[in-house]
Amino acid sequence: MKRMLLPTLLFGGLVVVWELLVRANIWSPVMVPSPLSVLEYLWRAGADGTLGAAMLVTVRRLLLGYVIGLLIGLPLGFMTARFNVCKDTLGVVALGLQTLPSVCWVPLALLWFGQTEAATLFVVIMGTVWSALIATDHGVRTIPPIYVRAAMTMGSRRLHTWVKVILPASLPFIVSGMKQGWAFAWRSLMAAEIYVTILTGFGLGQLLHYGRELHAMDQVLGVMLIIILIGLLADRILFSPCERAVYRRWGTAK
Amino acid sequence: MTAIHEELRPAPPVKLVIQGVSKTFATRHGPIHALDDISLSVREGEFVCMVGPSGCGKSTLLNIIAGLETPDSGAVLTDGKPITGPGRDRMVLFQEPALFPWLDVMSNLMFALKLKPNLNNQARREVALYYLGLVGLGKFAHAHIHELSGGMKQRVALARALAPNPRVLLMDEPFAALDAITREQLYDDIQRIQEERPKTIIFVTHNVREAACLGDRVLLFAPRPGRIEGEFPVPLPRPRDFGSLEVARHASEVMHALKHHLKPEGMEAAE
Repeated sequence: MKRMLLPTLLFGGLVVVWELLVRANIWSPVMVPSPLSVLEYLWRAGADGTLGAAMLVTVRRLLLGYVIGLLIGLPLGFMTARFNVCKDTLGVVALGLQTLPSVCWVPLALLWFGQTEAATLFVVIMGTVWSALIATDHGVRTIPPIYVRAAMTMGSRRLHTWVKVILPASLPFIVSGMKQGWAFAWRSLMAAEIYVTILTGFGLGQLLHYGRELHAMDQVLGVMLIIILIGLLADRILFSPCERAVYRRWGTAK
Repeated sequence: MTAIHEELRPAPPVKLVIQGVSKTFATRHGPIHALDDISLSVREGEFVCMVGPSGCGKSTLLNIIAGLETPDSGAVLTDGKPITGPGRDRMVLFQEPALFPWLDVMSNLMFALKLKPNLNNQARREVALYYLGLVGLGKFAHAHIHELSGGMKQRVALARALAPNPRVLLMDEPFAALDAITREQLYDDIQRIQEERPKTIIFVTHNVREAACLGDRVLLFAPRPGRIEGEFPVPLPRPRDFGSLEVARHASEVMHALKHHLKPEGMEAAE
């Protein structure tokens, strides 16, 4: 309880300072809306269903792209870790493309797929695959070789060694790779939604985009808050429990 | 008689013959001649200790016997048959326990046993519990690996190595990372277990006194190129006490030879 007190005071204080600054009339309310008007927007958009629908569309796109990205990235990571031929080819490509901010895929996606779901999906997948691949590759390579040697003396070979030793041994790295992949997927999707205006679904990024077009700063800030909240929730609900479970088992918890 | 009794009957120890084994490693600083034409014969159930300074090739020889490395020339024979790779008849106890942290104690033993065909899972569990009891950890079947002390981990690793009922046990400085008290307990345990379930044992160590306490025979290795420099039988009755004068006398004999033959760099003096 005591640990809750400080953050509550901090964030409460920040909101109060924000409100006071707005009341001081230094900036135009169009540029800096009051926290109350942001809350009002969230309430309104929540009540009429805009926000809920947009969140649903966004989260669906995110999960689809993320899962496809992992399904491609994780096996490829095992391949680059296992075969030097893959490391020297695919591994180099992955390293290069991982440094490319995924928003850079948007122009290409628009030309290839047009204003479609496929375009956003493509951008999200491109954001996820490479970081998942690199994290998995790193994980497999950091496994103490003694695990494999010990397994071999017990009669474990090839596929058995991969499934029963290398995969579980690299799990802590794969979990952090999945977490990193998630962060990249989330960023990619927002970039895609802001630039790709599609009629099949109206996501949070598009809500943000139209907030700007309409000079509705309360909408912009409100949607930004929702985006932050989704990120935090994903971390708390999806990844933190996984990480904790793995660390407890492996004995690496602090 | 059920399969489980059959399984728990000690497999007869094996005669181990090493014929002209040589091994060279290429490193950035040029080739290292780790083993030079080593020949050695170990009789069934013999406990042979290999001592020598770092880089004398004793661990390499152990890995070759385990089948984890291949010699450049020469062969290792178990009961006359050349070995071709790792096998359950030759289990290894490494310096680090090499237990799998994602499995609990029981599952670590089951990992080894599940790779053994012709057993059902009920029998495997009974075998695992038998060996956990043998190393005195019957109550820790469901502990996580990181919850165990260093000595307990090494006991679990020993139980896991014994579980497939190997005929040769290869130990690579298994107690080097443990504290002195734990180590002395393990000397007693290993002698008791060897009595109950005789194996042909190759034991690599830096510690001359440890070698004299455990071995029927102590082989002194010398580096560059790795070779056997001397051989010391230890005809003392068992069980032996690590602190006994007799053990100390045999250890000092080996130490003397060691100092005479080599500069003892990287060598732990008889602790």
